[in-house]
Amino acid sequence: MSKTDVTRRGLLRTGAVAGAGLMVPTYLRAGGHEGFTNAPTGSTVTLGFNVPQSGPYADEGADELRAYELAVEHLNGGGDGGMLSTFSSKALQGNGILGKKVEYVTGDTQTKSDAARASAKSMIEKDGAVMITGGSSSGVAVAVQALCQEAGVIFMAGLTHSNDTTGKDKRANGFRHFFNSYMSGAALAPVLANAYGTDRKAYHLTADYNWGYTTEEAVKSSTEAMGWETVNAVKTPLTQTDFSSYIAPVLQSGADVLVLNHYGGNMVNSLTNAVQFGLRDKMVNGKQFEIVVPLYSRLMAKGAGANVKGIFGSTNWHWSLQDEGSKAFVRSFGTKYGFPPSQAAHTCYVQALLYADAVERAGSFNPCAVVEALEGFEFDGMGNGPTLYRAEDHQCFKDVLVVKGKENPTSEFDLLEIVEVTPVDQVTYAPDHPQFAGGALGTCNPGA
Amino acid sequence: MEAIILQILNGLDKGSAYALIALGLTLIFGTLGVVNFAHGALFMMGAFCAVTLSRILTLSHTVIDPTQTDFLGNPLKVQVPYIHDIFGQATGDAIIDWAVPLSILFAIPIMIGIGVIMERGLIRHFYKRPHADQILVTFGLAIVLQEVIKYFYGANPIPTPSPEAFRGSFDFGAALGFDPNVIIYPYWRLVYFGFAALVIGAVFAFLQFTTFGMVVRAGMADRETVGLLGINIDKRFTIMFGIAAAVAGLAGVMYTPINSPNYHMGMDFLVLSFVVVVVGGMGSLPGAVLAGFLLGILESLASMSVVIDFIPGINQVIIYLVAIVILLTRPRGLMGRKGVMED
Repeated sequence: MSKTDVTRRGLLRTGAVAGAGLMVPTYLRAGGHEGFTNAPTGSTVTLGFNVPQSGPYADEGADELRAYELAVEHLNGGGDGGMLSTFSSKALQGNGILGKKVEYVTGDTQTKSDAARASAKSMIEKDGAVMITGGSSSGVAVAVQALCQEAGVIFMAGLTHSNDTTGKDKRANGFRHFFNSYMSGAALAPVLANAYGTDRKAYHLTADYNWGYTTEEAVKSSTEAMGWETVNAVKTPLTQTDFSSYIAPVLQSGADVLVLNHYGGNMVNSLTNAVQFGLRDKMVNGKQFEIVVPLYSRLMAKGAGANVKGIFGSTNWHWSLQDEGSKAFVRSFGTKYGFPPSQAAHTCYVQALLYADAVERAGSFNPCAVVEALEGFEFDGMGNGPTLYRAEDHQCFKDVLVVKGKENPTSEFDLLEIVEVTPVDQVTYAPDHPQFAGGALGTCNPGA
Repeated sequence: MEAIILQILNGLDKGSAYALIALGLTLIFGTLGVVNFAHGALFMMGAFCAVTLSRILTLSHTVIDPTQTDFLGNPLKVQVPYIHDIFGQATGDAIIDWAVPLSILFAIPIMIGIGVIMERGLIRHFYKRPHADQILVTFGLAIVLQEVIKYFYGANPIPTPSPEAFRGSFDFGAALGFDPNVIIYPYWRLVYFGFAALVIGAVFAFLQFTTFGMVVRAGMADRETVGLLGINIDKRFTIMFGIAAAVAGLAGVMYTPINSPNYHMGMDFLVLSFVVVVVGGMGSLPGAVLAGFLLGILESLASMSVVIDFIPGINQVIIYLVAIVILLTRPRGLMGRKGVMED
């Protein structure tokens, strides 16, 4: 007769150890034999595209996904190769990444931080994604970037414009190609001073969340440095749809410029309301009243229709650029989908290629090797001129476009015209600039 | 003073939308006893009737213009609306320009149809179920309708401008003897207010001065007795559901030039409209209208920067604060009737 020697204390101890083991997140146990999270072992590598597929930015997310699918096609040697032929680095050969065929999984951020984290987590833990990319909101970018840092995978941000993404919330595993609020302010201010003069009184309406604050601060400080005065800055709820009660007091304030620090539906509605109230037809302080939209998106501008005509703003990229990289990308995208790509599509496509190129150059999918390959990386041929991925904050530095709503568009895509390509030197700032203060990059985390 | 006048004006059009939606909500509640959370979706469907009609009017065929090129360098494909071929360019453009007002005629039969199908097809199965079940099923329906619209029209707002004649704004300040440029108000918002007043007046007149309306009012007061008199009250209530849907739809049609419609716009109004109904008094039609305008104006006044500076965030909670105060002091709402939702 056998005797099982199980004591209550022993059982508790064993249970506690097993429980603790199970509590360790899956991604910290996955792929441990290769020394980093989700190390690809077979003939394929999986990338995770985390974009808004539902919610208010679903159209922008759909365009991001189109760009990623195109990037995967080009990386695997399909199509016409797009920007692979114009990219200054020649490490990518159209045979996947490090010879592994690129596959992808997608997640829906819903433009909600918690949903975006959940979908990214699922792609890392269940699908074995070695890199996460995409998104159309700074709140989402900051949340997913922190998750990727913790999980030990690379995060290549999509459309995120808040200073904080590469400012106080920067992470070693995260990289941003898109420009930011500071750059918008620095690029716009001289153009505005040139067009509207230096003696102007500005009234800001600002979306009441992180991106709104950093954009207001950037535009305020840049325009005030040019001599403008800020008469008032009012926060508007993110859920606001009718902005009439915020726009009506603008004329009573004595302001002669309205700055709309709004994006997406907020921008469409506030701009439409401002034009309805006839603000642009008014003369104030002996000057024509003007409206400025610091961050333009063609997809969003479409929603505002003819109201965008003549209004200044900034953008990361526009399909009408005539450099070889932009032309190659527009040709590939336009031929495949029948319409030109948005700036969100462009930044996502470029990010996918930059990641793949970094892996090729590093010779490894290990996030720390990728970080090393991307830090201080200088490249060209991707649509924005010579570009630097700065090592100190993982922000891309490149020329910024100042655009204006086109007076006589020839098609539904032809809404914006490029007024000026602001040189990179004019939008470059020190890594410890006050608008980016706080937070630390930390060190890369390979996971496992 | 100018600021207050301006915000009261602003509150009028917002209040008009609240009042029209709340009127339909309370009509449905008063007749059928159903709490209809899909009512915001009906407002949104109305707006998309306007979008659909403008798309129909701008249905085009392609003409190649070899003198221009598209973004890929190919000859430009110019879209020419069929309506230009039928009526000539000038008349065709005028019809397209008036798409939103024309949509009223387009939306009325469609919205009544949607309302009747909704009531007969789904909601009538929930009359004897608890209010919680009704809320769940109508809320679910609202989400389904929203997603259907998003599938066909996308998530981005779609610009649907007012006719050229109503663009620009009226200078109330100059007319009232204040400084010019200080109290300005867009023409289309004045049209919206006038239209809302007309629709509200028409609904009241219909209920007050027609035999059909009298029977419906009798049915609202005592459904059983009206039924015992041999009147098919269910059929009339179904028609009232259709009319309530049309009222919400018309509110949506005329709202499209104020804010470009998107699939989510109904939800933005729904919760506030429920607060309006509760503040006005469940089942009270005049209460819904009064509360709609009252809360619209209060919301505008609370958005003034002096008020926000004094109490930050008040603009976002004012409506709910007022609702709490009114429910504490007058639990039946401003004009609520005894016995409604009190069993």
